[in-house]
Amino acid sequence: MSDPRQESDAAARARRGRNIAIALGLIVFVVLVFIVTVVRLGANVLDPRF
Amino acid sequence: MAMSPAVTTAQPARWQDFVQLLKPRVMSLVVFTGLTGLVCAGRPVDPILAAVAILCIAVGAGGSAALNMWYDADIDIQMRRTRGRPVPAGRVQGADALALGVVLSLFSVMLMGMALNWLAAGLLAFTILFYAVVYTMWLKRLTAQNIVIGGLAGALPPVIGWAAAAGETPLNAWLLCAIIFMWTPPHFWSLALYTSDDYAKAKVPMMPNVAGAKSTRRQILIYSLLLVPLCVAPAFTGLGGKAYLAVSVLGGAGFLGLAWRLFRSRAGDAPGERKDGLYDVKLEARTARNLFAYSILYLTLLFATLLTEHLAGWAPLTS
Repeated sequence: MSDPRQESDAAARARRGRNIAIALGLIVFVVLVFIVTVVRLGANVLDPRF
Repeated sequence: MAMSPAVTTAQPARWQDFVQLLKPRVMSLVVFTGLTGLVCAGRPVDPILAAVAILCIAVGAGGSAALNMWYDADIDIQMRRTRGRPVPAGRVQGADALALGVVLSLFSVMLMGMALNWLAAGLLAFTILFYAVVYTMWLKRLTAQNIVIGGLAGALPPVIGWAAAAGETPLNAWLLCAIIFMWTPPHFWSLALYTSDDYAKAKVPMMPNVAGAKSTRRQILIYSLLLVPLCVAPAFTGLGGKAYLAVSVLGGAGFLGLAWRLFRSRAGDAPGERKDGLYDVKLEARTARNLFAYSILYLTLLFATLLTEHLAGWAPLTS
């Protein structure tokens, strides 16, 4: 009988897939915040009033 | 208050299950109408920021869909159309769907505020809360007017898009909202006319179960009569051009024709189920299915024409 504490291969693969998806999501969010900051700062830098 | 049941996962969740929680098809419609609002605003927006605004609208819609699936798991498991969804099917735990919904909603609102403006972010937050709390948790199980009032959540994306581009929401933005709002009852009730047995089983008070098929068909006709003039209106408020006028009038005539045929039919009077588990679309119910399919085409054509006119720089009929 299999040990219930042992994670099956399918469960491990699924968990790994989920973790990679979460990591990618966070990386995308950080990159987006960075890009938005650059775009908005850039617009202000080019604005002669500042 | 009804709560979603504690669903145990039968098999490990894959990342595709989490994508399904976001209702990608609904998301694509929201993106389309949000983009139309953003373009129709007619203000110069940095393309990167415009893309971020659309992404925020899409992710916000996905977040509210995940919250909906978390809360409605007990209803979804009873209906054939929805029992394959990740939570009722046991592929994703309710708590995980809730966490995903909350995180995506917060991220989308925060990013919209930082990238564009806080009016757009506030409207996005209102839309998410309205769909997840007012519609899903309250109206859906309470009244047959659920999709009428709840339809506001689906109608707001063009206003959010407009606000993101312009920082304001003029009358024309709300006109686009009103079109989708008025379009929702004929669209959903024609679907409900041939799936009402499913809703009855789940004890969801949809109009055909509560007021009967005849009353539903009459209300569909009334909403259609109000909808079509509203769809033509943008041609006279400085929003739509000649192409839009032609599409809205000709398409509207088709819409009214199908609504009239549905009104005269017995659609929804005798819903049936085939032995293979599929819906039996009887000859009479076909009129409901025709209006349901046509309503999607009509709305898509209206917004696609507006989008094309504004992207191509064609002049509106009135200024």
